[in-house]
Amino acid sequence: MNYEKKFAAMDEISSLNSGLDALESVPVKADRNIFRTNIYRFFPLLSAIIIIAIWQIVATFSHIPSYKLPTPLEVFETLKREWKQGALWSAIFTSVVRGAVGFFFAIALATPIGLLLGLNRNLRLLFRPILVGLQQLPSVAWVPAAVIWFGLSPVTIYAVIMLGAVPSIANGLIAGIDQIPPIVLKVADVMHASQWQRIRHFILPSAWVGYLAGLEQGWAFAWRSLMAAELIAVSPSLGIGVGQLLDIGRNLGDMSLVVGSIIVIMVIGITIEKLLFGPIRKRAYVNRGLAI
Amino acid sequence: MSSNLTAPPVKVASALSLVAVSKTFRQVDGEILKNINLDVKSGEFVSIVGASGCGKSTLLSIICGLDKEYQGTSINTLPTTLMFQDSALLPWLSVLQNVELPMQLQGRPKTERTAIAKDLLERMDLRNVFEKRPHELSGGMRQRVAIARALAQESKVLLMDEPFGALDAITRDVLHDELSKVWSENNLTVIFVTHNVREAVRLGQRVILMGSRPGTFIKEWGVEMPEPRRIDTAEVADMAREITDELRKEIRRHG
Repeated sequence: MNYEKKFAAMDEISSLNSGLDALESVPVKADRNIFRTNIYRFFPLLSAIIIIAIWQIVATFSHIPSYKLPTPLEVFETLKREWKQGALWSAIFTSVVRGAVGFFFAIALATPIGLLLGLNRNLRLLFRPILVGLQQLPSVAWVPAAVIWFGLSPVTIYAVIMLGAVPSIANGLIAGIDQIPPIVLKVADVMHASQWQRIRHFILPSAWVGYLAGLEQGWAFAWRSLMAAELIAVSPSLGIGVGQLLDIGRNLGDMSLVVGSIIVIMVIGITIEKLLFGPIRKRAYVNRGLAI
Repeated sequence: MSSNLTAPPVKVASALSLVAVSKTFRQVDGEILKNINLDVKSGEFVSIVGASGCGKSTLLSIICGLDKEYQGTSINTLPTTLMFQDSALLPWLSVLQNVELPMQLQGRPKTERTAIAKDLLERMDLRNVFEKRPHELSGGMRQRVAIARALAQESKVLLMDEPFGALDAITRDVLHDELSKVWSENNLTVIFVTHNVREAVRLGQRVILMGSRPGTFIKEWGVEMPEPRRIDTAEVADMAREITDELRKEIRRHG
């Protein structure tokens, strides 16, 4: 073999490759207009301002009494008062911790269910209808039963959260598994992946986008279920969460506290979406080339 | 295969062999593969050409051990990798992680596999893309990563199922050179399946023509041209013409 000729040929391949690669890659120029790139961040804030403005106008100029429709400022004052007394912070803390713990248990239960039903046709035919049925049922419907079974205890609250979140998470994972491209599983075969490696390195990451959608929906359901449970299951033995704060407002006829609690519930939901799920979702999409 | 009993017993080790392999699908009428006999020596490069429906992909699945439902014998004791037309890189992993994955599954330590993966990628002229995602690469770059990943599995046998079918002609020609280089440097045994007769002649030491429905081996040519070859030489064109004539005869038979 003519080695000099061979090495010359190899060198030629290298330079050809780098030329082709350079031609194929498109240089992206960043948008340098800071105003234009950042203005969209403020759109959600703008919509909040518009709603508060309309609310203020209606509350001021209509003749609806303040105990039925407080002004934004009154609600703000009430929340400030509750905050200073420490009640608001403690309620938020109680609810978020409850929600997080319940959600964690829901993930722990829903993930194996989703995997089993996603991967085994027979199990899916048997149990998927139950899962779909549970998803249709508002989890508030379970509160009376849960109170009878578990009493006015934290177990009741966690049970209701899980009944709300588990079907969504499991269904999301099943949908994600259904969308795995067959070639991914072929690659697993070619690499002789063990059953566990197949799940860990191929199935779960490939189903991740669908699973994540299930987790997001599951969290929304968990949070709603928690608020419903807190509203219905009120007892001194249970700490005071945001839902119970709302119930206190209703009992006191304090409409500002009622409206304020509703806003707090929404803001917590939005915050968790923005700070937790938003970045995770964005990362998953960008990594997979589904978004820029 | 002819055997000469008087010759000294110098045998080139057979990498894999198929004896009377046939396959019938339950859903499809007739046979997919019929009486396939193949003996591939270690370090050999075999091209297989055929029209659609000749069961080329099925044949590779059987050799790879993915498809176990067939009649006859398939012996392949060497570690084997299969490459597809789609690079089949995992979109959630970086280029480097993709190449590391087969070693990760084999339980090799992180530092070791990272070093090997980087070395393999550099040898494929992919120096600056370690942290990129597959979707950020061109088709040719993706297939080069896929070759690096196949080498990372430390397979001795590389089965390729139309790996360059979706690439543009310029990129494909460069990848032919690249594959020849990888083959000779790593002492691989390659079975390369394609629709493209010239590509088969450009790459293979042997070209096997497959007939369709059922998939059978029709004829075989030995290619005795020295590397580096080029796809646009008269020798390649002459042989390709001869094979294409046979291929068209086979296709007309079905009309």
